[in-house]
Amino acid sequence: MPSSPRERGKVNKMKLSRKWLNEFVDLPLDEVDDRAFDEAMTVSGSKVEVTEDLSREMQGVKVCRITALKKHPDSDHMWIAQADAGDKTVQIVTGAWNVHVGDLVPAALDGAVLPGGKTIAAGKLRGETSEGMFCSLKELELTTHDFPYAEITAAAILGDYKPLDPLKPSISPAIAPGDRIFGKVIAARVTGVANAGVNRWRVALEPEAVCETACQNLHEGDLVAYDTAKGSICTLADLHAEQKEFPHCIPDGIFILHEDCRPGDDMAVLLGRDDHVVEFEITPNRPDCLCVIGLAREAAATFGRELKLHEPVVKAAAGGNVNDLAKIVIEEPELCPRYTARMVKNVKIAPSPAWMCERLRNAGMRPINNLVDITNYVMLEYGQPMHAFDFSCVGEGEIHVRLAREGESIRTLDGTERKLTPSMLCICDKEKPVAVAGVMGGENSEIVGDTAMVLFESANFNGPSVRRTATALGMRTDASSRFEKGLDVAGTMKAVDRACELVELLGAGEVMDGVIDMLPKPIEPKTVKLEPEKINALLGTDIDEPTMRSILLKLGFTLDGDVIGVPSWRGDVEHYSDIAEEVARFYGYNEIPVRFTGALSTAGGFSPLQQFERELGQTCRSLGLDEIITYSFISPSYYDKIGWAKDDPRRDSLRILNPLGEDTSIMRTTVLPSMLEILTRNYNVRNREAWLYEIGKIYLKKPDGTAEEPKVLSLGAFGPKLDFFRLKGWVEEIFAAMALGRPEFEAESGNPSYHPGRCARVYVGKQLVGVLGQIHPQVAKNYGVDTELYCAELSFEALWALKGGTPVFRPLPRFPAVTRDIAVVCDLRTPVGELARCIRESGGKYLEELALFDVYAGERVAAGKKSVAFSLTMRAEDQTLTDEHAEETLSAILAALAERFGAVIR
Amino acid sequence: MKELMQRLRDASIQAVLAANDVEDLEQLRVRYLGKKGELTGILRQMGKLSAEERPAMGQLANQLRGDIETAIEARRKELTAAMLEKKLELETVDVTLPGETGRLGHKHPMYNVLDQIKDIFIGMGFEIVDGPEVELADYNFTKLNIDEGHPSREWTDTFYFNQDSSVLLRTQTSPMQIHAMETRPLPIRIIAPGRVYRKDEVDATHSPMFHQIEGMVIDKGVTMADLKATLNLVVEKIYGKGTVTRFRPHHFPFTEPSCELDIQCHKCGGKGCPTCKGEGWIEVLGAGMVHPKVLAGCGIDPEVYSGWAFGMGLERLAMGEYKITDLRLIFENDERFLRQF
Repeated sequence: MPSSPRERGKVNKMKLSRKWLNEFVDLPLDEVDDRAFDEAMTVSGSKVEVTEDLSREMQGVKVCRITALKKHPDSDHMWIAQADAGDKTVQIVTGAWNVHVGDLVPAALDGAVLPGGKTIAAGKLRGETSEGMFCSLKELELTTHDFPYAEITAAAILGDYKPLDPLKPSISPAIAPGDRIFGKVIAARVTGVANAGVNRWRVALEPEAVCETACQNLHEGDLVAYDTAKGSICTLADLHAEQKEFPHCIPDGIFILHEDCRPGDDMAVLLGRDDHVVEFEITPNRPDCLCVIGLAREAAATFGRELKLHEPVVKAAAGGNVNDLAKIVIEEPELCPRYTARMVKNVKIAPSPAWMCERLRNAGMRPINNLVDITNYVMLEYGQPMHAFDFSCVGEGEIHVRLAREGESIRTLDGTERKLTPSMLCICDKEKPVAVAGVMGGENSEIVGDTAMVLFESANFNGPSVRRTATALGMRTDASSRFEKGLDVAGTMKAVDRACELVELLGAGEVMDGVIDMLPKPIEPKTVKLEPEKINALLGTDIDEPTMRSILLKLGFTLDGDVIGVPSWRGDVEHYSDIAEEVARFYGYNEIPVRFTGALSTAGGFSPLQQFERELGQTCRSLGLDEIITYSFISPSYYDKIGWAKDDPRRDSLRILNPLGEDTSIMRTTVLPSMLEILTRNYNVRNREAWLYEIGKIYLKKPDGTAEEPKVLSLGAFGPKLDFFRLKGWVEEIFAAMALGRPEFEAESGNPSYHPGRCARVYVGKQLVGVLGQIHPQVAKNYGVDTELYCAELSFEALWALKGGTPVFRPLPRFPAVTRDIAVVCDLRTPVGELARCIRESGGKYLEELALFDVYAGERVAAGKKSVAFSLTMRAEDQTLTDEHAEETLSAILAALAERFGAVIR
Repeated sequence: MKELMQRLRDASIQAVLAANDVEDLEQLRVRYLGKKGELTGILRQMGKLSAEERPAMGQLANQLRGDIETAIEARRKELTAAMLEKKLELETVDVTLPGETGRLGHKHPMYNVLDQIKDIFIGMGFEIVDGPEVELADYNFTKLNIDEGHPSREWTDTFYFNQDSSVLLRTQTSPMQIHAMETRPLPIRIIAPGRVYRKDEVDATHSPMFHQIEGMVIDKGVTMADLKATLNLVVEKIYGKGTVTRFRPHHFPFTEPSCELDIQCHKCGGKGCPTCKGEGWIEVLGAGMVHPKVLAGCGIDPEVYSGWAFGMGLERLAMGEYKITDLRLIFENDERFLRQF
């Protein structure tokens, strides 16, 4: 249930400009500051991640008019400018060559802060005072997308020429005006530069000529290359020159302003950065909040203010009707519930006005041109993604909304060729796809400079279909991330009208009459019954009905008696509990009382099995073992690593069909590789020792495709002071501490993961509990470990099954015990455990305790024999044990040992 | 005779005071007070005295015996004390030498935190349930009101075992809500901690396997007020008394209304700092009222019963508790890491 970091990635972000918001709800910053706004919006359900005060990132940058410009006496490329900063004149040294007297430029004056946190201070540059810095687009974190007119063209200025080979200059240093450079290109001196409009200069030359140029780096006195045939001043490209030959003639420089501004104006305000941008995290059930109007509605309800919505008005004075020109066919009504379109003719592609650029920029989008910007603007405002097609590129004027055909592909607007599959919905003309529905348009119908007719698409697409297509193509766009949540089918019309209204407002074209609106299935209004008692019962509140009604009305719900009409954009509301959430959000989650309403009706507690597991862990820790947690999935190759035969049935594992990688592709049927991996890691980081345990699950395939998930107690260790018997001791201690009965150990030489001579199966009676031993040196080697590894695997279920009842008190002995030691000689291969079991079985009622104290094989016994010595404690419950009884017990034991093993007393 | 006794007194007391060990003292006792001792020798001469003198002399002799005994005893105490002192001095150890310890194992830090949480809930009448990790899509999604088109069901997000996407590794502990509702008698108060799996590459904050703790209460008359009261109490137990909480609307398909619980940042007190990413609040868990559709789907009448549920991530909690900076450490199980907790 909790949102994991990854799940949060699926949550959409929405950047909201407070200035834009104010158009719909009156919430001025000086009345509702960031903190108050963010907190109130967050607790009403629109979570604010962060608010950015854009002006803080640009301070002290002022519009200046350059009043005088002279060359720096001590530099070959710098200029000293005098500039009118409104309330004073400043001197600024600049290295840029594209400035002229009369230019309006942004200047970061002493103390200014630029985007990115850079601060500017007055100082001296080569001995000349500079009271600030003229700024380029980049320094203001802008691009030519924001201000297309700020593109800079540079002429090749011959004074800047640095030959690639100093010995063989292509242009002589002594070249003079009138000298030929090549062909019809001659050297000429600039005798005058006059501005002739945005990025146009009229240049007077010697030998006498006058030409117009877009090159901005020209000043009186400069020597340039003049193409007498074309009548133009040469750029580097015209001279086929490399940049390093003209190091200062670069297509970069100061941002020359052609805005409605005056010296002294604050650039932050001019650029619309006097704004605060709130970044929201919008949950996937609320795609209606991924736009300014949606959030405005929430804000209006949150702050109890009026929501001022605007009804788009389209004049459509162009004449002609879209229905006469275009035809739209929805071939997949399930995937495209609605397709609405309008037509614009006599389109005039141009940059958008500053106010629109500002809003787009502040919302995190780049301005492109008026038509494209309008579609983005409408998407941000209404939440409805739109697309603009160059209608001349829509073959035969037909739009078919259909699935892609096998083998079809499209080059999308980002310039990438995309292979389409038949599950992808596309917008096509008569023949070919012209857009991937809801994801991205195609280059073949892109709006370009000479586009004359534009078809605006405002459609509704199936969410999962768009999401899958976008994922498959690896391009999640602003449009697709909105569509994938499921948008309001009723919202297409208003959006397309708003786009057309903006076209008329910007003078970007002439809107034609009529709308094509394909709606295969009518929209059915949803209703929910208002049940105040049920809502209060769910919330634990006593909110009165008028309060509930007023909250719902503010959010756009309608009320007809106790029937609530759900607004079309609220696809998430369908039940009284949804209504309860709406009421609770605006009543205030934090106003809901904190009260235990239910009686404590359950006892709670650990189950005996859980208690057992806890104690088992405690026991392992008391033995010195540290707890580990390992992944449940492993690689199939790990079975090879632990030495399992290729046909070992235990290899039959549940296989993940879409794993992250081979290493995590199957569910483990054994905990051994997990433990060995951790031991290896500890060994590799040169830990001196590691004593570890885990109570973890293994996953055994069931016929129905699911798993049996038994737990296994896994022990693992390496380090000094370790041998088989330490490991065995741990197992014995666990059995003793958990009261599981007496474990029996049987040599196991056939387990491929373990040392054939140092491995045992553990039984209690006939019940196999598990295995323990030294890991086979070959297996250790497979893990790159060059030391002895010890592991045990014990079935948790088997251990639990052995758990005895509550211990019953035995009276303390009242009579003394008799101790006797015996030593017997037997065959070398006879397991001591067998002897001990035989002694216990034959010891009768008096044998109380048995302890091994010596095993000897060597010179003093016959070859192939060994001597085994036990200390026996005998006691009678009801009397002091007599010698006779002790002797009887001993002889019974010796007789049994002799009979079973041929063991004789030594 | 009186003189003799006086001389004996002087000599014996001097000798006793001069004695250097307990054995010397014993010899002196024998010499002066023994059956053949000097005092006995003097007393033997009592016969020579007159009947009048005898009682007085006897009294004197007894007094002398007493005095010598007292002197010996006093000296013995002195000597014993001195001897003990000497012995203790010899036995003095360097207490700064390291102690001799056995090795005690350490619980995994994450399970330290889990056990703490289990104890908190058990104290409030909850039981702990465990369930399958290899789960049916029905339980992981469908019965939790997560329909077919939901992005979390995609193969890019969830591990599947079969082509028809019906068996998977559970992506959340929430299917335990369904198991509990289907199998347990009402009322229900459970928590269900366990492993969950999502298709996330391993990095400092992601792991394809991690742990969640699910909790659920189903009873008559359970309200959101009850949810708030219980979770506030839990948060206080985890983060300390006086922890400020905030409930914020959120969205989960299987609860309605849904919320997230934030605690005020303990580092900055809500002003905003790097710990809370400037928000002043730290998200702790998600919760909500069990969706009536989910209840009905499990055969529980939502008109009679209601319930609430919550879920929280264990890794994040443990990392916060111990200031662990990298999730990978949790599953690497390096001894040098494990033995810090």
